[in-house]
Amino acid sequence: MASAAQSRIKSISYAKYGYMFIAPFFLVYCFFQIWPLIYTFILSFKGNQSGNADFVGLDNYTTILFGQGMAAGADNTRQEFLQALGNTFVLWFGNFIPQILLSLLLAVWFTDAKVKLPGKGFFKIVMYMPNIITAASVAALYVNLFGDSEYYFVNSLIANMGGDAIKFVSDPTISKGMVMFIQTWLWFGNTMIMLMSGIMGISPSLFEAADIDGANSTQQFFTITLPLLQPIMVYTLVTSMIGGLQMFDLPYLYHSGANFSRNLETVAVYIYYNFNKGTVEQANYGYAGAASIIIFAITAVLGSITFYMNRDKDEIAKKQQRKRAEKQQKARMKQGGGLTI
Amino acid sequence: MSMKQQYGAQKDSYHTQIMIKSTIIMIVCIILTLICLVPIFILLVNATHSHTELAENPSQLWFGSALKENLNILLNKLPDDAGKAVTRVARQYSSVFSVGRGYFNSLIIAGCTTVLTVFFSAMTSYGLTVYDFKVKGPAYTFIIAVMMIPVQVSSAGFVRFMYSLGLINNFIPLIIPAIAAPAVIFFMKSYMKSSFPLEIVEAARIDGCGEFRTFVTIALPMMKPAMAVQAIFAFVANWNNYYTQNMILKNDKMMTVPIMVSKVLQFDKNVNYGVNYLCIMLSILPIVVVYFILSKFIIAGVALGGVKE
Repeated sequence: MASAAQSRIKSISYAKYGYMFIAPFFLVYCFFQIWPLIYTFILSFKGNQSGNADFVGLDNYTTILFGQGMAAGADNTRQEFLQALGNTFVLWFGNFIPQILLSLLLAVWFTDAKVKLPGKGFFKIVMYMPNIITAASVAALYVNLFGDSEYYFVNSLIANMGGDAIKFVSDPTISKGMVMFIQTWLWFGNTMIMLMSGIMGISPSLFEAADIDGANSTQQFFTITLPLLQPIMVYTLVTSMIGGLQMFDLPYLYHSGANFSRNLETVAVYIYYNFNKGTVEQANYGYAGAASIIIFAITAVLGSITFYMNRDKDEIAKKQQRKRAEKQQKARMKQGGGLTI
Repeated sequence: MSMKQQYGAQKDSYHTQIMIKSTIIMIVCIILTLICLVPIFILLVNATHSHTELAENPSQLWFGSALKENLNILLNKLPDDAGKAVTRVARQYSSVFSVGRGYFNSLIIAGCTTVLTVFFSAMTSYGLTVYDFKVKGPAYTFIIAVMMIPVQVSSAGFVRFMYSLGLINNFIPLIIPAIAAPAVIFFMKSYMKSSFPLEIVEAARIDGCGEFRTFVTIALPMMKPAMAVQAIFAFVANWNNYYTQNMILKNDKMMTVPIMVSKVLQFDKNVNYGVNYLCIMLSILPIVVVYFILSKFIIAGVALGGVKE
């Protein structure tokens, strides 16, 4: 019954349209992302400041990682970079742990059918809100609320209660704690909603069966929710780590202007400081490039972990199933053999 | 009757347990709500107090009456008899934080990037779903692989490249790259896979509809839900994008809202607390208002992003 038109259409090759539809993406991506990435790679092998045209081999890497090299102040450069790397991990760790615990707890509570919680929708909306606010404005707001002296909101409250002013902004340790707190404040709502949709994807019959078997909610959490939530937890972990590696707005602005210090300097801030220094002859494109490539390498490792997990899961499941079936068959044969004895 | 007596007590204790648990959860939720809202509330309150009031008592807890005064300082519309100090403050703030221009620039950037991201991501995912061609598989693998590369990694090369092209202080490096948004393509491709029947394309072909026209008039309207969600996130992300904008835009005339806030934050003299708060308030106001209007929709969108097997 296929009409002439239909069979003609089947014979036409539409491949060229496929290329046309995806061409804009690849052109723009190569021009604005791939080439800058390659260029950064090239810059990482070139000199800094006025020597930015000379190739220096691996000097930038050995300088920022081991403090070797001919450049003056090589050891300072190394210390600064390693401190930035350390800060990045400390700040990330310090916001990820409270964030994931809080989000997990809230997600479990919000999806628990037995708990009667009026205004659930309202709570979700309010808890997600910080995530959409401009990070630059959040930094400005917290600096203005938590300023060091009693001329700022929080310290004024503390002074009214008879306490001493706390240096929320300038103290190296307390300011790190503040950034961790703000980062948690910004992201816990987002993580909570992601985990909630993960939990809601778990078949309710599992929970019902556990209920009938008399498992309490703690047991249900550790034996059903947590194991089945593992893929999405890993996803959250990796995206958060990659996000943590690019942490910029908050640590940079929290210690900028009159409050300038390097206590909160992350790798992203380090890269920015090095390439954003006046003219090309004043900027350290070499160090910035080397630091960027190191971050890229870390991201690539983390990214391939999730990539691997996302891609091969079905395959792995199938393989396991096949193996299990084989085993069962073997066991059955053995059993059959056993009967004859 | 005896059954009821026997199980009644147990049932009651079960009910009290649930009640206690619900109450604890309620209290925790209320505390967290307060932690989320109080900073914003204090921001609004302080924006309505003058510098003198805030210097005398920085912990104001209720609205004052100086909003107009602060706004006049920010807009540099002072009465003729204004003192020298205030004039200096007004000049400093209005030179950096120009409300109208900031909103306009941010709106242009966020608006254009949103349209480009949504349209071209839909187009790319359509191309990858509907057509069969040799590099289709590798192309999609590439898009997934680069999804997680952070902008910071290539920013040194990006800025220097833009310098050499003379595109510093230009919106182009902020807008055009939006055409290539791997994460949005990933989202839209999975949406198309689940809710776009390919028979429609064939039917359109039989009716003599051109390929591009099929995409625009048939596929795009069908992808509206996915596009709307991604449009909101793209708009918010670009409105809030401080990092890239701060690298490219150095000229006062091109400043966007996040850059203006950061400049205000960096003042070290002639600081006016009230106007500081007003600037921050104005910078988050549009996005917060839009958020509360679209909140249900946005939350649903975030949840959709969480469904990754």
